[in-house]
Amino acid sequence: MQIHIDYFAILREQAGRQRETLQTDAKTPAHLYLQLCEQYGFELIQARLRVAINDEFCDWSQNLSDGDRVVFIPPVAGG
Amino acid sequence: MSTFLLQKEPIDTAALRQRVADPDCGGYASFEGWIRNENEGRAVSRLEYEAYAPLAIAEAHRIVNEALKRFEINNALSAHRLGALDVGDLAVWVGVSAPHRADAFAACRYIIDEIKQRLPIWKKEHYADGKAQWVNCAQCASQASLV
Repeated sequence: MQIHIDYFAILREQAGRQRETLQTDAKTPAHLYLQLCEQYGFELIQARLRVAINDEFCDWSQNLSDGDRVVFIPPVAGG
Repeated sequence: MSTFLLQKEPIDTAALRQRVADPDCGGYASFEGWIRNENEGRAVSRLEYEAYAPLAIAEAHRIVNEALKRFEINNALSAHRLGALDVGDLAVWVGVSAPHRADAFAACRYIIDEIKQRLPIWKKEHYADGKAQWVNCAQCASQASLV
């Protein structure tokens, strides 16, 4: 399954890239984040993040579909 | 009409105020969030803002729609800066018009509070000592290392 990922803020810096497309066997965003933590050493735990699929907030247990665009959202700090 | 602007350019508060103005309204409340020169005891020299734009805009529209339902207001508009900002710069603006002042104040407060809590916008603080960090994320990282 092919998934597009956009990285922002601290995750963008730790991944060393703004976006990527990768082949994954991850079924859910939770599973995908674990894989990426192993790859990039993200320090933020999942409990402190939110996740979006195709520009809408979603559950960590939602099923990923081929071609989905996933964004992991670090703790926000607008204003 | 868009009710939220996400922009690199400075926020033109006079123009936005005109867009909120309404002959049915007797009250107008606005909020301006400025870049402070310190945070948690550290001298701040400048900031960088970054946003996940499609979701930030969609969530901001949801916040304004919630305010329109909760309060007796006619118009609400907000704007947030992106990119590099200096101390004293205007980072976020909210304006609300209403028949009466109580709801204008309450809705303005609601909108800025929700913007700060919910919009996928991040700021990186650069300090006078040359260090920098993503606000709210450093604490999370140190918490993670304790788990």
